[in-house]
Amino acid sequence: MIDRKQVLGVARLARLRLSDEEVERMSTELSTILDHIEKIGELDLEQVEPTSHVVQVENVLRPDEPRGSLPRERALEQAPDAAEGGFRVPSPGPHA
Amino acid sequence: MSELLQLTAAQAGERVRSGDVSSTELFELYRERARGDDLNAFLWVTDEAPTAPDGDAALGGVPLAVKDLFCVEGVPSMAASRILEGYRPPYTATAVEKLVAAGAPVLGKTNMDEFAMGSSNENSGFGPVLNPWDRGRVPGGSSGGSAAAVAAGLAPWAIGTDTGGSIRQPASLCGIVGMKPTYGAVSRYGMIAFASSLDQCGPLTRDVTDAALLLRHMVGRDPCDSTSLEFPEPIELPTADRLDGVRLGVPPELTGEGVEPGVREVFERTVKLVEELGGSIEEIGLPHSPHGISAYYIIAPAEASANLARYDGVRYGPRAGDGDLLSLYEETRAEGFGAEVKRRIMLGTYALSSGYYEAYYGQAQRVRTKIADDFRAAFERVDLVLTPTSPTVAFELGERTDDPLAMYLSDYCTVPMPLAGIPAISIPGGLSEGLPVGIQLAGPAFSENRILSAAHALEQAIAFEGRPFDA
Repeated sequence: MIDRKQVLGVARLARLRLSDEEVERMSTELSTILDHIEKIGELDLEQVEPTSHVVQVENVLRPDEPRGSLPRERALEQAPDAAEGGFRVPSPGPHA
Repeated sequence: MSELLQLTAAQAGERVRSGDVSSTELFELYRERARGDDLNAFLWVTDEAPTAPDGDAALGGVPLAVKDLFCVEGVPSMAASRILEGYRPPYTATAVEKLVAAGAPVLGKTNMDEFAMGSSNENSGFGPVLNPWDRGRVPGGSSGGSAAAVAAGLAPWAIGTDTGGSIRQPASLCGIVGMKPTYGAVSRYGMIAFASSLDQCGPLTRDVTDAALLLRHMVGRDPCDSTSLEFPEPIELPTADRLDGVRLGVPPELTGEGVEPGVREVFERTVKLVEELGGSIEEIGLPHSPHGISAYYIIAPAEASANLARYDGVRYGPRAGDGDLLSLYEETRAEGFGAEVKRRIMLGTYALSSGYYEAYYGQAQRVRTKIADDFRAAFERVDLVLTPTSPTVAFELGERTDDPLAMYLSDYCTVPMPLAGIPAISIPGGLSEGLPVGIQLAGPAFSENRILSAAHALEQAIAFEGRPFDA
């Protein structure tokens, strides 16, 4: 069961603003989903190694040599607000 | 209607190479088809004629439909999300670049579930795609636009991505072939990330030969994706029409309960066919696969919640909010993401949050190990695993939208393979109530040639003829 307060806490971590109606719905839906997926908690897997990556690969290294990259103007082209060669945003404000 | 439309992509490419047909004529034919799309399968269709490919280009200039999840330079690439509305990337995904270089020019971008999260295409920010077999039904998802476009003859072939079944399930529901390769076989560079440890792109085609041909030109190591690997052998065009000596394993966990009767009937017919073709059938156990859905719906949302943190209205896409920076982030994400994407971000953030991490994410990763172990044990006894692709045929639009859990269970037969990183194909097995039923073949990592060969033999014997358009 995940209640309204938990939903709001998680939404804050995820930087999502939810309407009151969304909070209600999320609480019901997430509870139903979690009830189902929590069943794996009953499996005794203490001795099992977790898998984070399925294919055995070595760490990939390359020589530390400078290479060409996207020109700054290209990188800024899609920005909703670009200024002085960077992405412009409002002040972080009191929450920062 | 042109008889060219009846040809598979490989056949059309042959016609171009032999000089019977010009690549321009072929491209224009499909561009007209794609422009006339009334299934909402395309989000964008090119208005430029490509430069004619080299006469001996391997793929013969046969146009390619590309899922909107792939970045294509200068072309709208939005992952069907409002949060990327109007985004035109400054670079092209490696898989697309390789196919274009091999002679398959981009025809258009196909609709999908937003950020590839969904099993019905109803989560697109740009409206659902209709199934060409029955317009009141879903095409499956998330690569529903690619599947519907190929099934309806709006494109000769397409590429999509598969995280928990997103190539195979829509291929099944639309009556075409779809293949998810081994994790690492194809570069993920330029593929908008959903769940990075699971995502893999692959072909959606009219037949198995087309799938092999397209895959042949997609695989390979890419310095831009450190998880990509050199494919150990060339992808062969399959020729087998028998299954002599091939051992197929049938897991009761993925073929029994929950599979609707019509689908089971087609599956059982396929099992008989395997034996008629000289193959053997053996029951195998995949005891942890019933927990695949649970593990998947923890791991995929957890990875997604991290991958989607970048959509914050700063670097690309529309921006909302008129106060401070925090409100910019929160409002942009509130307006830009659809309901399912929000749900998964919430689920993933919750599963990764302090105090819950071990119980959810840690446990899911251990289940993942067990699922991979089950397959490993099975492949000591059999060459391939045979299951239905989807427990049901295409369902009605709106049927599962109010019940996220029911929607998630649509992926029951397809999630264990990406969790284990192994390849699998879906081919049409027949019809149930006039709708296509897909049959899935899975094999060990890098067994693509073995899978394609067996799929080809089955395809010849099944001789699926259904096609929802007149050509």
